[in-house]
Amino acid sequence: MAFDRWATGGLLVLAAAAASAEPTADRQRELVRLVRQDCGSCHGMTLAGGLGPPLLPERLRERGAAAMVQTILHGRPGTPMPPWQPFLDAAEAQWIVDRLLEGFPER
Amino acid sequence: MRLRRPIARWVAGLPALALSVALQAGEAPDGAPLRGTADLGVVIERASGRVQVVDTTARASLGAVEGLGDLSHAHVVYSRDGRYAYVFGRDGGLTKVDLLTQRIDRRVIQAGNSIGGSISQDGRIVAAQNYDPGGVKLFDAQTLELLADIPAVYGDQGARSKVVGLADAPGNRFVFALYDAGEIWVADVTDPRRPQVTRFRDVGRHPYDGLVTPDGRYFLAGLFGEDGVALLDLWRPEQGVRRILGGYGRGEEKLPVYKMPHLRGWAVAGRHAYLPAVGRHEVLVVDTATWQEVGRIPVRGQPVFVMARPDGRQVWVNFALPDNGVVQVIDTLEQAVVRTLEPGRAILHLEFTPRGEAVWLSARDDDRVRVLDTQSFATLAELPARSPSGIFFTARAGRIGF
Repeated sequence: MAFDRWATGGLLVLAAAAASAEPTADRQRELVRLVRQDCGSCHGMTLAGGLGPPLLPERLRERGAAAMVQTILHGRPGTPMPPWQPFLDAAEAQWIVDRLLEGFPER
Repeated sequence: MRLRRPIARWVAGLPALALSVALQAGEAPDGAPLRGTADLGVVIERASGRVQVVDTTARASLGAVEGLGDLSHAHVVYSRDGRYAYVFGRDGGLTKVDLLTQRIDRRVIQAGNSIGGSISQDGRIVAAQNYDPGGVKLFDAQTLELLADIPAVYGDQGARSKVVGLADAPGNRFVFALYDAGEIWVADVTDPRRPQVTRFRDVGRHPYDGLVTPDGRYFLAGLFGEDGVALLDLWRPEQGVRRILGGYGRGEEKLPVYKMPHLRGWAVAGRHAYLPAVGRHEVLVVDTATWQEVGRIPVRGQPVFVMARPDGRQVWVNFALPDNGVVQVIDTLEQAVVRTLEPGRAILHLEFTPRGEAVWLSARDDDRVRVLDTQSFATLAELPARSPSGIFFTARAGRIGF
């Protein structure tokens, strides 16, 4: 029990450390691909919108970055937007939002 | 005068002579090889605005056509003769591609955001379904001249709905669903400049796609906002829309959906329709004579395409993230999964050859198309393609609802 708690605590510390770090270059490429290809199946590969709303900078600046991170991680109940938490951590969601706000990389 | 006439006749005969020589050599008058189109098709390269023209007999690419815009959600229908592919792009582009010359014949930008299209029973009218501005537009299939606009206006504030599920039906009709409005519309385009629209309201929350059964009789709209499918009998539209498969989720919380499922007439195998359960790892089996659920088949993930082989003996299923590298094969006699395949990374779509001996699968993240034998599951061929998505063969030209 004590060991379990210690191990879990250790993992949390590691996860927190990972969450504060910028994604590695390899991971950034994966994230760009995920957004373009998989988010793109609803928001359009050019992010100009589809079943989901556009994710272009001018449309996103009106919404707070923090709310967007929450939407990515937890989805929007009552809409088709699913939680992406199984695929992303908070730092990665933040990195995606930062890129979306400045104009998302092509690849 | 006496001399000129025979010469004129001789000169006039020259093209005919040249033509007969060309025909003997198997060439069309313009020098292209003569061939039919029934074993052709296109593969969408979604990130490149490009389609490859493919030959399912040679299992080879014949060439590529570029400049088709944003194909991230593309759909293709065919002219009756199988020569022209109408490619609907996400950015509202509608491009008529000549498969024989591998050139663009016509191209128009008809909307800001589009999701697909259809062609009328008589082959004269192409219809595009649009998200923005929400509605359906009708075009002359030959010239792509705009014939009519059907704005998907609902409610009393003049709001426009995204349109989904557009399919052609007998009687030169188009049927489609309004995602935001929860309606089904039937447009009779006998006079394409004055389409007659019949509206069915309150069919269910957020229809996400639709299909017309291969006999052209029923239109089904899958619902995203609630468990169930809206059903309209096009032979007896006066009976209105009814609900089937109501509450198939048994009130359980549905899983997050990472990709919307797709519906089309290939869902029907024999007397049964095989439908994706939204947010569940199941395929629902419905008897098309009674429209009662007769079974559900557990599968690996959330189904996206549930497609019957043309003979109806097998149904192939691909999946949303994170299971999009897996394809499962259902045997319709056993009503169970008999094979689980991993044909590549990010399998986005599949298409059977006209008589079903082979299936073509696009592996987006492997940048290739894989061709499998549907009996032995052996790989018959692999074709390089850049981020391939939809695969559409000309056999669709002869089928209603495709």
